[in-house]
Amino acid sequence: MDDARPLFQQIAEQIEDSIIDGSLPEESRAPSTNELAAFHRINPATAANGINQLVADGLLYKKRGVGMFVPAGAREKLVERRQEAFGRSYIAPLLAEARRLEMDAEDVKKMIDAWRDDQ
Amino acid sequence: MSVVSLRGVTKRYGDTRAVDDVSFDLHENRIHGLLGRNGAGKSTAMRMLTGQEVPTSGQVRVFGENPYENADVLSRVCFIKESQRYPDIFVARHALEAAAMVFPNWDQDFADRLVEEFRLPLKSRVRKLSRGQLSSVGVIIGLAARAPVTLFDEPYLGLDAVARQAFYDHLIADYAEHPRTIVLSTHLIDEVADIIEHVTVIDRGRIVMDDSSENLRSQAVTVSGPTKAVEQFSDGHEVLHREDLGGFTRVLVSGVPTGRDTASLQVEPVSLQQLVVRTTQFHDAALAGSGNGNGKGNGKGAWS
Repeated sequence: MDDARPLFQQIAEQIEDSIIDGSLPEESRAPSTNELAAFHRINPATAANGINQLVADGLLYKKRGVGMFVPAGAREKLVERRQEAFGRSYIAPLLAEARRLEMDAEDVKKMIDAWRDDQ
Repeated sequence: MSVVSLRGVTKRYGDTRAVDDVSFDLHENRIHGLLGRNGAGKSTAMRMLTGQEVPTSGQVRVFGENPYENADVLSRVCFIKESQRYPDIFVARHALEAAAMVFPNWDQDFADRLVEEFRLPLKSRVRKLSRGQLSSVGVIIGLAARAPVTLFDEPYLGLDAVARQAFYDHLIADYAEHPRTIVLSTHLIDEVADIIEHVTVIDRGRIVMDDSSENLRSQAVTVSGPTKAVEQFSDGHEVLHREDLGGFTRVLVSGVPTGRDTASLQVEPVSLQQLVVRTTQFHDAALAGSGNGNGKGNGKGAWS
């Protein structure tokens, strides 16, 4: 845990990643605040903030006395949100670095095609 | 809610103000870091809020009351000192038995598990224990006492990395189950950075930082790159630390400049330890510059 963003946000994002890659399926129980605190060796209040953010975003809900669960439709919602952010998070820095290396968008497209053919 | 408050507290020893007009709060059920260099006034502050010393002036309140000779308040406070002394005839078991009698929330099962884990020889005389074993006596008492206010003043002397990690792991897990107000006073800031929720830094008897860890994390950045670009980027912000090499500069700026060109710059987060060290040095240098210091430190001293 050492990038610049607040810790609770990093915790929330890790759970989001698990929902997206299916390791935390819909209607399954998410890790509890105390489990997260112990695993990441962080203050339980920080872990609780991460969970609360996911609840506010509709990506977790509480079953009384049982724990936090992933609601149906959470994965689709997340994928949509990440797709919207894809340009800003990935394409913009990609093109900025390309420009520094004197490549234009066309060059980058060609590289992507060539790269894909290699796989 | 504040369970401990210091208001305008000063403690004078002869000409030295060990604590100088200090005000801060400890909030209920939070883990606080009380940080600062040796001789900064941390231990003096903790002795006052545990009723072991009386302030020269100012007000100390614990659960709303004066802690001095106040048995009701003190039964709810556990203070683990680096320099804790035990009677010569004590074996380790006696120290734990004494603690079990003093603290109403004492958990014997938990204490037994900790004894096992820290490999504490219960039948050895306390004065024959190694430095690390002596520290583990304190750590075990501090955890198993489950006192509503628990203070650990440099509890680690002689504890190896494995034992320290065990302490942190138990602290997090037990605090999660039994929330209470905890103060960690330590030089090993990186080790506790993600555990403490609130940071108070004392330097030369004065508070130089008092904020939540989350706020502090987003309050400063390290910027490096060509000198000119770095200067443009940090213009108008307080530069806590600066290093130059050829045309290359690295600064630690407080406040995060936004909307500025960062193309040629590397902007990195600052660890809590970095922030505390640089802020302390910054204040030391400012004091030395104004001739206002009380003789301790020279503004560039190493952190230890």
